[in-house]
Amino acid sequence: MAEPVRRTPALRRLAARLGGAVFVLWAVATLTFFAVRLIPGDPAEAILGGPGSQASAEALASVRAEYGLDQPILVQYLAQLGRLAGGDLGRSYALKLDVGPLVLSQLGGTLVLAGLALALAWLIALALATWSTRGGRIAARVGSGLEIVAASLPHFWLATALIVLFSIWLGVLPPISTPGPAGLVLPVLTLALPLAGFLGQIIREPLLTALESPFVLSALARGESARGVRWNHAIRHAAIPAISLSGWAFGSLISGAVVVETVFARPGLGRTLLNAVTVRDVPVVIGVVMVVAVAYILMTLLTDAATRIADPRTRAR
Amino acid sequence: MSAHPVTPAAGPAGPPALRVRNLSVGFGRSGADPVVSGISFEVAAGECLAIVGESGSGKSVTARTLLGLAGADARVQADEMSIAGASVLALSEASWRRRRGRDVGLVLQDALSSLDPLRPVGREIADSLRLHTTLAPAERSSRVLELLDSVGLPDGELRSRQRSGELSGGQRQRALIASAIALDPPLLIADEPTTALDVTVQAQILELLERIKRRGTALILISHDLAVVSRIADRVAVMSNGRIVETGPTHEVLGRPRHAETRAMVAAVPAGKPRGTLLAAPRAAGPAAPATAAAAAAAAAASAATSAATATPRPARAAAPDIGPAIVLEATGLTKGFRMPGGTRLLAVDDVSFRLERGTTLGIVGESGSGKTTTARLVLALSAPDHGEVRVLGRPWSSVSEQDRRPLRTSVGAIYQDALGSFDPRLSVRDILRHAVALDGPRRPDTGRPALFGAHNGEAQARVAELLDRVRLSPALLDRRPLELSGGQRQRVGIARALASRPQILVCDEPVSALDVGVQAQVLDLLDELQRELALSLLFISHDLGVVQHVSDRVAVMNEGRIVEQADAPSFFASPTHPYTRRLLSAVPRLP
Repeated sequence: MAEPVRRTPALRRLAARLGGAVFVLWAVATLTFFAVRLIPGDPAEAILGGPGSQASAEALASVRAEYGLDQPILVQYLAQLGRLAGGDLGRSYALKLDVGPLVLSQLGGTLVLAGLALALAWLIALALATWSTRGGRIAARVGSGLEIVAASLPHFWLATALIVLFSIWLGVLPPISTPGPAGLVLPVLTLALPLAGFLGQIIREPLLTALESPFVLSALARGESARGVRWNHAIRHAAIPAISLSGWAFGSLISGAVVVETVFARPGLGRTLLNAVTVRDVPVVIGVVMVVAVAYILMTLLTDAATRIADPRTRAR
Repeated sequence: MSAHPVTPAAGPAGPPALRVRNLSVGFGRSGADPVVSGISFEVAAGECLAIVGESGSGKSVTARTLLGLAGADARVQADEMSIAGASVLALSEASWRRRRGRDVGLVLQDALSSLDPLRPVGREIADSLRLHTTLAPAERSSRVLELLDSVGLPDGELRSRQRSGELSGGQRQRALIASAIALDPPLLIADEPTTALDVTVQAQILELLERIKRRGTALILISHDLAVVSRIADRVAVMSNGRIVETGPTHEVLGRPRHAETRAMVAAVPAGKPRGTLLAAPRAAGPAAPATAAAAAAAAAASAATSAATATPRPARAAAPDIGPAIVLEATGLTKGFRMPGGTRLLAVDDVSFRLERGTTLGIVGESGSGKTTTARLVLALSAPDHGEVRVLGRPWSSVSEQDRRPLRTSVGAIYQDALGSFDPRLSVRDILRHAVALDGPRRPDTGRPALFGAHNGEAQARVAELLDRVRLSPALLDRRPLELSGGQRQRVGIARALASRPQILVCDEPVSALDVGVQAQVLDLLDELQRELALSLLFISHDLGVVQHVSDRVAVMNEGRIVEQADAPSFFASPTHPYTRRLLSAVPRLP
């Protein structure tokens, strides 16, 4: 465990990470570029206001020339990559705005939504797992049953059910996402509940294993209380797999945001993406996807670092 | 029969550190048989009582009950259970918690899993102080350093920041002991504290426990191995089926065992028993048979001739059939290195040469990290040597391609320490053996596919039955899965599987290291018998010099990748030349 042994691989690991991130961004850009071409319709028409705009043949031709849409697809692809490499996300077809500032203005709302949902999901999962592994056999059944039900709830159904319950029947929360904390409650709950069920299932098994292990017996024999054993020893073992999956969970939260932001009429990346796909606004679609990819990569780096803190054994490797 | 009160030989004034009268522990429904029934014993300050028994005899449940940790569903009954004169029967969880660590400490086996692998050992040790004292964190840290020093771990600053996985087996066992004695409890319970340790490390840990005992701590030492406890125990209590069947001063119990269970345990200790002696005597054995002159002479070479009195010597082996070359396995200059993190190279096996003669056993002994398992992998051609060569039955083995090795593969069988891990847990014993019979058996000349395949192939079924009979397993076990077998039964299935291809060479890598001494004795007897019947040649790899001494015709000692000494067994044990060998030999647990 000498220090110099650790340091060289750290640099190499960082370089490998950066290379991997660049590769992921390139792959995302490429896949998105070709995928949006599968949306039916003519991009030139989309630029001129959609299929209903009755644009003239000359207008279409000039737009194609202006945007380079008359070039071979490979040339368009390389031009697109070149712009992206320079940090230029292009200009929206429909909104006639620069994509970069547009996407960034929507990013904050979605990050707040996803971040709060992730935090709440962790809280619920930890509470449920610790309660149900302490309370005997019936609590264990109830706990794992709740987790399975929660994990299998679809976002759109849950959102509707929460609106019916809290806005229509009880009348305590707004059905659409108004600015301010009250407007955040239902969207965050919608995203957090299924994820909590999923995380709870991942936490329960290692928690039970840890509670049965010899080091817990050693701790009890030292005079540690049941609660102390749980929080000083077992929970850390149980959290490690869930921490490493949180990066992936964050990605799934952003895709969940597409549904939730639409149902609750909340501004954000998800709704921007949905609108852009509907009107075939290719630069916005690519812009949103690239920003989400960057966020996802950063989140993965973060969870990896968290895993290394929680589990020192991974540092030596 | 149920209660043999055990009283200290010389009772000091005041109450004993621990007194237990008529203790019973049961689980589940009240009608179920108790796991511990009506045991009584006492331990005085500065005294060591060993509780010895096979797994399932109730000794670990007894240990946990003494800490109030038998479990929520346990029914504990006793006429008396008191620590230092104060009754601990029917204590509330809160008052138990105040006593654990302060009045009674616990040391478990294998500190890799008995210390939290995610926390520095210093914090684990400081936990006892945090829970029971008002010391400030800085004072706790300096006390941790003192404790580490007192258990023989210098460099406390560094050690206390390391985690159990970063320490060697002996170091972490010392750290575990430090955490148990942090508050200097008057009673210390050690449950198999040296199992899974190398013999030299085991000797050091026993020495440390003895030092703690001499400081005035009452010590309860729990083990399946009589030879281990005999080093430091003042008195021994033998447990069987939840009862104490025999107790007394150590030298009396070991010297004149009265109960059949005790006699079997004494006989099972392999160290110092001549080659070919039955270790697992039938349980209902009558008066011990006198040792023959030859056996006694062989035993005299080793230091523990007395224990041979209870063992039954057997006739010399039949001469090996005259087929093929006399040297069945030959390793010449084997070298194998691995790249370590950081770029340095570790020579795991360094210029190792040996020959295995037909029908004999070559024992390779070494401590963990000595390169013996890497040697086994090279011999089995599971990895290729960097230099050197292995020849099997006089033919090239390590130097040819796997395809060319195939025809010879059936001549080499292997059994491993972790039999359970070497089976597919979903397969029944029948399927495990049937696959082995089919895949290692004869092939159809036209298609090259196994000739003995299919569930209804009569010949395959007959072979499976024959294999089971060879390893003395009942056919009733055929439909069990590995998890439903005992450790000894699993290892027998492992041996049966290795025999499926009718090998001439059997490579045994720590085949009995995970077994209780009693079961180990049975498996060693079985291997000896099979070698006799099938003229097998055994490469027997073990960390346990006592076992190697019992099974080997020739012995090689490995240390840091090299063979430091190699000789025929009698002269080897009579006059070891290398200092490392002598150190290893003196650490072997033997009966006094």
